Amino acid sequence: FNGAAHLVRADDSDAATNRRRRPAPPGYLDEQFSQVEDLQDETSPNFTEEVVSLFFKDSTRLMTNIEQTMEKYPRDFSRWDAHVQQLKGSCSSIGASRMKNECTSFRNSCGAGNIESCMRSLQKVKGEHAALRQKLESYFQLLRQAGPAGMAIRHGGM
Amino acid sequence: MSSVGGAVVAAAAAAAAGGGGAGTPHVLAVDDSSVDRAVIAAILRSSSFRVTAVDSGKRALELLGSEPNVSMIITDYWMPEMTGYELLKKVKESSELKQIPVVIMSSENVPTRITRCLEEGAEDFLVKPVRPSDVYRVFSRVLR
Repeated sequence: FNGAAHLVRADDSDAATNRRRRPAPPGYLDEQFSQVEDLQDETSPNFTEEVVSLFFKDSTRLMTNIEQTMEKYPRDFSRWDAHVQQLKGSCSSIGASRMKNECTSFRNSCGAGNIESCMRSLQKVKGEHAALRQKLESYFQLLRQAGPAGMAIRHGGM
Repeated sequence: MSSVGGAVVAAAAAAAAGGGGAGTPHVLAVDDSSVDRAVIAAILRSSSFRVTAVDSGKRALELLGSEPNVSMIITDYWMPEMTGYELLKKVKESSELKQIPVVIMSSENVPTRITRCLEEGAEDFLVKPVRPSDVYRVFSRVLR
C-alpha cells in the first residue's frame, strides 16, 4: 500500500478528472470505493470510514453465517450459495474487488457441488477479509495523520 | 455525481408536487444491507432529496401507511421475508400508494427478474452497485 504515491493535486477539485488521470489499479479496491469516497462531504466528513465500518460488521456476520450454515447444512450448496451471494453483494458495494472475486469463486464451487473447493474458498474469503481490514485501517490512519491534506490522498495504491 | 444536476431534479420535482410549500421530494429507500442503505441514502441526499432508509419491505409499508408524502420508492430486490418485487406488488395493488414510482435495485442482472418487475409497474431496474449517475438518470426522468 502506498497511498502517498497517488497524491492528487490539492488545488484540483475535480475528483472525476483525477480518477481518469489515475485509473484504479488492480488491487484490493476498485472504482466503486472512489464512488463511496466521493459521497463524503462537509456534512458527512467520516462517511467513507462509517461505510467501511458497516461493511466489516456486516461481512463478519455474513461469514459467520456461512460457516454455521456449512456446518448445519452439509452439502446444501444452494443454501451456502445464498449466503455467499449476500456477502458478494456487500463486497461489491464498497469496491472490495479481491474479496468479491473470491466470493465468485466460492459461488462457482457451490455450483459445482465441490465441498473441498468450497472449504478452500471460504478460507480465501476470510484471508482477503482480514487483509482488506488491515489495508483500510492503515489507509484511514494515513488520512488522519495527513489532516486536511488527507482529502487529497486517494486509494490508488491499494 | 452532478450534485448541481441532482439539485435541479429535486427542485423540479418539488415544484411539480405543488410549489414551494411542498418541500423537498421524499424518497423511501429499502434495503436489508446496512452498507447499501448508507450508500443509496448518501447518493440521494447528495441530490438534495429527503431520504428515509428502512431495512425491510414490512417497515416500508408501515412508513407508507403513516407518511403521506413519499415521492418515490427505491428498493432492493432480494430481501428476506418480503422481496422488493413483493413490495412493488403491494404498492401497485394499493389505491393509496399505486401512484408512487418504484425503482428496483439488484446485484444480479437477471433478465426475467427485470422483465417481471417492469411488467408489475416498476419504473426502472438498477443493477448494483448503484452509481449517482444511475440515480440521476432515473429520478430526473421519473420525477420530472
